[in-house]
Amino acid sequence: MEQSVEKLLRTKHLAHIWCPGCGNGTVLAATVRAIEHLGLDQDKTVIVSGIGCSSRASGYMNFDTLHTAHGRALTFATGIKLARPELTVIVLTGDGDATAIGGNHFIHAARRNIDLTTIVFNNGIYGMTGGQYSPLTPTGSYASTAPYGHIERPFDIAKLAIAAGATYVARGSAYHTKMLADVIIKGIEHTGFSVIDAVTQCPTSFGRKNKMGAPAAMLEWQRDNAVTVEAAAKLTPEQLAGKFIIGELHRSEAPEYVAEYDKVIARAQKGAKK
Amino acid sequence: MSRVVLMQGNQACAEAALAAGVRFFAGYPITPSTEVAEIFAARLPRLGGKFIQMEDEIAGMGAVCGASLAGVKALTATSGPGFSLKQELIGYAAMAEIPVVVVNVQRLGPSTGKPTAPAQGDVMQARWGTHGDRAAIALSPTSVRETYDVTVHAINFSEKFRLPVIILLDEIIGHMREKIALPDPSTLRIIERKKPAVPSGEYLAYKPDDDGVAPLAAFGDGYHYHVTGLVHDETGFPAGSASITADLITRLHTKVYNAKSEITLFDEYFMEDAETAVVAYGGTFRSAMAAVKEARAKGNKVGLIKLITIWPFADEVVARAAAKVGTMIVPELNYGQLVGEVHRAANGRAHIVSLPKVDGGVFTPQEILSVLDKEVG
Repeated sequence: MEQSVEKLLRTKHLAHIWCPGCGNGTVLAATVRAIEHLGLDQDKTVIVSGIGCSSRASGYMNFDTLHTAHGRALTFATGIKLARPELTVIVLTGDGDATAIGGNHFIHAARRNIDLTTIVFNNGIYGMTGGQYSPLTPTGSYASTAPYGHIERPFDIAKLAIAAGATYVARGSAYHTKMLADVIIKGIEHTGFSVIDAVTQCPTSFGRKNKMGAPAAMLEWQRDNAVTVEAAAKLTPEQLAGKFIIGELHRSEAPEYVAEYDKVIARAQKGAKK
Repeated sequence: MSRVVLMQGNQACAEAALAAGVRFFAGYPITPSTEVAEIFAARLPRLGGKFIQMEDEIAGMGAVCGASLAGVKALTATSGPGFSLKQELIGYAAMAEIPVVVVNVQRLGPSTGKPTAPAQGDVMQARWGTHGDRAAIALSPTSVRETYDVTVHAINFSEKFRLPVIILLDEIIGHMREKIALPDPSTLRIIERKKPAVPSGEYLAYKPDDDGVAPLAAFGDGYHYHVTGLVHDETGFPAGSASITADLITRLHTKVYNAKSEITLFDEYFMEDAETAVVAYGGTFRSAMAAVKEARAKGNKVGLIKLITIWPFADEVVARAAAKVGTMIVPELNYGQLVGEVHRAANGRAHIVSLPKVDGGVFTPQEILSVLDKEVG
């Protein structure tokens, strides 16, 4: 098994660029283990990423890999999937990439329910640029652009995705790495737009400014504040305040975009009107 | 078999693209380019191709880049405000060397401007709109029939040189209907991108052949290569040394400039004995032609240069003409954009007269003729 995972990585491009203690490597590892578990054809799997720390992950993965522009990964992925539906397309993005500059693409990919799996490396900060607040930065925390405390309310990526029409939505964390790989597996297996909110730690740009302690302490924070879907069902909103729910959050069936477009082709070729 | 039809420029563009093998369109509705999208929406599925209306202009550009990397010829169409938005990923396509075609049916700007008024105000944006440095290819047809040929050229150039090619239609050409003979698609010369001839382990997606262009594998064909907008070496992976950086940015220029004679499409009329020349492009060429014919009828030795290729600029054509005429007049539906290039290429060898027009209308032949009369004096 070790070896088969290694084959999926471009080992000569490792070590990675991420800071010591960064959770991105853990999310990358979970992604690769999920691909290995599913036995995806390496030739028929494409990894697309945006811009930011998270999006450098594509370069370490031994597939056709596309490191696009900031926020735009889903647009390129949509073109690839629609042009060549037999490919499995996995999108790696960050919370700022996916929900700020790429927010429009995120909700519309969800609305179309196009068969892409999007893994959001959610560290609640812009790490690459040095710790500016993102749409996931918690209210009251500090960032280089929020030196007096952050006044905005954060998105809940999962709720955003569900409301926009995603048909598989789950959350994992860098601490719960096995569960993270499990929900990535289910997301890839699911036909339709799948979103995995992968909570991860940025010790350098978020942790230091917010006195979160060493990377290990940030992982412990994930352990202590994550509540499984099953446990959350038994808790009141007050008890859940400040916690985050992990596990499979949403699953539904809806027409998938590429399959629907195939029906358009069939109708057009039959000469039927509209 | 060729067939005679009545159609508008936007339609000729779409017909040519389909004939040249475009099987993917992604875009966003915008006047006056919308017919292009509507035609693709109807025609592509019949051919097994794909059409998608994206959530915004940037998304349309991203999707065509993705489709092209998946091995499918792809095109998008827009107009001024959308062209501004697409600049980000036009730069990406230039840097990552992705063959795509962007049709910009120009309208009067800046901003929302006059959405249904013709203009030629995006000439410089086609060259310099995206940040950073690269050579651009932009073509601007002067008739519906020429739109067909120019579209085929644009697709061929994008495939051959691995870059985004801009088609600068204007609202005149895009919406004008003309009777044209469409060529038999089987007679078209269609260029396909070079594919790698080596096994996957040896493929380098950014190692150029002698022509400065590397073969391009399709995603899904087993080559496992990496594409990025970062400065990269011949493997496609980020690399930052000064020499790699300089080599890459230089090659993004030389691969075009070394083929300039092939890319430069132009025509000359009445230039043999001309003492004054009009330099015109796009819809304005038509008014210029009428004016030049009238000037000739009066016995004035006036010639006309039609620039179809706007970028790279036809320096040699203009320089040659400047050496033999006294004056060159450049009518444009903008405040004077390409005239700067004419100045530069003429390099003092001729007197250059800018004839701008920014009222949202088209040139009447008389407007050009009156300047000609004055200059011929």
